[in-house]
Amino acid sequence: MQELVNRAKELLADGTVSRVLGWKAGDMSYNPEPAYFNSAEELENFVYDGFCGANLSKYMIEASKLEGKTLVFLKPCDTYSFNQLIKEHRVDREKAYIIGVGCKGKLSVENIKAQGIKGIESIEGAGMNDGCDTLTIKTLYGDKTCSYNDAMLERCHVCKGKEHQISDEVMLESRDTKDAERFAQVEAIEAMTPEEKFAFFQKELSKCIRCNACRNVCPACSCRKCVFDSTKYDTAQKANVTSFEEKMFHIIRAFHVAGRCTDCGECSRVCPQGIPLHLFNRKFIKDIDTFYGEFQAGEDTESRGPLTNFTFDDVEPSIVGERG
Amino acid sequence: MSIENETFRPKIVAFCCNWCSYAGADLAGSSRLVYPADVKIIRVPCSCRVNPMFILRAFEKGADGVIMCGCHPGDCHYSTGNYYARRRMTLLFSMLDFIGVENGRTRVEWVSAAEGVKFSTTMNEFVEKITSLGPNVRLEDLRCRN
Amino acid sequence: MYKIAKSNLPELYKAIAGSKELYLPLENAGQVNFGPWSEDCTPDIETLKSVKSPKDVFFPQSENLYTCQKEGKNIKIDPEKLKDQDFVVFGMKSCDVKGVEVLDKVFLADPIDTYYAARRDHGIIVAMACHEPEESCFCKVFGIDAADASSSIADVATWMIGEDLYWKPLTEKGEALTSELSGLLSSDGDENKVEEEKQAITAIINKLPYSDLSLEGWDGDHFEEKFNATNWEELYKPCLACGTCTFVCPTCQCYDIKDYNTGNGTQRYRCWDSCMYSDFTMMAHGNNRNSQMQRFRQRFMHKLVYFPTNNDGMYSCVGCGRCVEKCPASLNIVKVIKNFGGDK
Repeated sequence: MQELVNRAKELLADGTVSRVLGWKAGDMSYNPEPAYFNSAEELENFVYDGFCGANLSKYMIEASKLEGKTLVFLKPCDTYSFNQLIKEHRVDREKAYIIGVGCKGKLSVENIKAQGIKGIESIEGAGMNDGCDTLTIKTLYGDKTCSYNDAMLERCHVCKGKEHQISDEVMLESRDTKDAERFAQVEAIEAMTPEEKFAFFQKELSKCIRCNACRNVCPACSCRKCVFDSTKYDTAQKANVTSFEEKMFHIIRAFHVAGRCTDCGECSRVCPQGIPLHLFNRKFIKDIDTFYGEFQAGEDTESRGPLTNFTFDDVEPSIVGERG
Repeated sequence: MSIENETFRPKIVAFCCNWCSYAGADLAGSSRLVYPADVKIIRVPCSCRVNPMFILRAFEKGADGVIMCGCHPGDCHYSTGNYYARRRMTLLFSMLDFIGVENGRTRVEWVSAAEGVKFSTTMNEFVEKITSLGPNVRLEDLRCRN
Repeated sequence: MYKIAKSNLPELYKAIAGSKELYLPLENAGQVNFGPWSEDCTPDIETLKSVKSPKDVFFPQSENLYTCQKEGKNIKIDPEKLKDQDFVVFGMKSCDVKGVEVLDKVFLADPIDTYYAARRDHGIIVAMACHEPEESCFCKVFGIDAADASSSIADVATWMIGEDLYWKPLTEKGEALTSELSGLLSSDGDENKVEEEKQAITAIINKLPYSDLSLEGWDGDHFEEKFNATNWEELYKPCLACGTCTFVCPTCQCYDIKDYNTGNGTQRYRCWDSCMYSDFTMMAHGNNRNSQMQRFRQRFMHKLVYFPTNNDGMYSCVGCGRCVEKCPASLNIVKVIKNFGGDK
């Protein structure tokens, strides 16, 4: 991690960049926050470890409006989002100096707490130089351990790969974390009866508190004014008054990013109610792959997205009923 | 559930493109072809105008079935609109299926201005299908039930 | 001091639900939130904090105010019925109980909010001590006793100790509920056990990392200094402008009133609003807070400066730590207080 700080200081000092966008150490071992650093002194608080899950590409939309270049640290999966944002003209490539950072899988403190570990005072073993094997956790109620992989976010288990899609330079080693099939959860739901599917989503979505965290954290959700915030006509929703609105919001949210969603998994990471929101996005990705050929948003900055494209012999919508 | 319930008359919303399907509906009317009055037509400039939100809103406001009609692929007044619409509706219908909405509550049919007969038979079929599926419960908004 | 075996709690829930509505922490799809008891629900009183605070029992996330219906040429207006049945909220923690006290200051002050007042009149709060407080808790900073709800507005205080629940009525309402349940509660609860538990909880509370946070300078006298501080310019930057912090908070009380077109009439409802949202306090002339920095500042200034200034020093934060745990950008009120030098 120190090499990142050193490199950032160099780039600040020689004037290549005007500021650094990275992560600042939190007041607990598991809550670093995305932050800007403007000087070498401020960089003393820089941190990069297993808990730096936030996708900084989202913040580059705002950073692109600032004077001068911003040095940004992007994990492999964040680079897909950055590419996609270039394609949509939402970030300025010229305003970014990208250091691709290695990733050994990102952690969720929720997963640690789910194992009954509470009163966490400190967590060891989440650093980039650690073995990524076991987390040693000191709690108010005694010392505990937790396997690194069990604490990992869902998205890291189905990792798209540790290749950076765009970068000016790459630092730190990565570790392969893929140990599950990306579409397995979607397939499991597809195999259910309509009644079971309905019950499953009803139960999950009933937890939604409409905080909009899933939308606001999403690098693909970059509209200046969201249809769900518009006061001009009655789509604005601040609360789920009925179960219809939960479904409406989540279907439209996922639909609007269909073909643009890179499957970065931020929506599921931030949901305070632990709703598996990635299922919606991944269902669209799976359908796009099946119907229109494999497509990974963010692999390049030029190609046309599946929903802004067509072929003369696309499948008819009736396929949905026919495939059984 | 309500096949037995003979009093159930479904509410159907049909989004029809101005250039082909709306004219097709017109032809069905002037040819005195019969299709149920349960079908409420909403004219749109092109099938591509239909936002997924329109479909969901129709269900919210009380529709039991939603059908979208447009020009045949290749015949779009704006050249390519219906090709985009086709992709969108395929994905939306698949998502509705995924969250457990009964199959068949939504449909897309390409109807040209000359196909009055097709319009009428399509609507008859669709109304029959929705009648057999019964009222829309899984995508309804309780506030609009009155 | 009364007591009931943990294994008998399902019976207790059933007995309460027999005559009243009962709200308690329920597990649903992996998360714990307060909800109404039913035969097939899964109560979870082990989890320390529900995701959402139980404030929506008194102040629901959305509630109908009245319905207008067209009847020929007339319009019929049906005001929503006020709560007229007693109900019990079981297992509220001290911080959440204090949260209700904060809401009282807002909704029971003149002009009284009748919807809220009706719920408060009919609600019976059964508080529960925090068996194992967590690192994100900082209720001590606001003078709240997580070990004992006796001095709060709760009607009954309880402690879950080992295999028994200890039960102590605090108010008339609490006494009445206790006597209704006398068949299930035995009156031989050991006071000493409860004392021991209280001491154990207090010992943990004193060790918590946030317990020594200082609120010095967060008052009306320092309003301008705090409001104009440059700290906000940096602090707000990671904020994503989502409403998580406000919607999990036990004291956030801002709401919006909206109309819904039912096709045959209108429903006027109110729902929680969030100061993080771009259309918060939007008026005909526009918005008086038009940057995220201003909205972000509003949240903390409201909790730590405006509210205590208007309410005899009572802060509208209770230190439950939900925002600390749930913020997607790991921002929170503690980091704000520390940034202003509250880290002793």
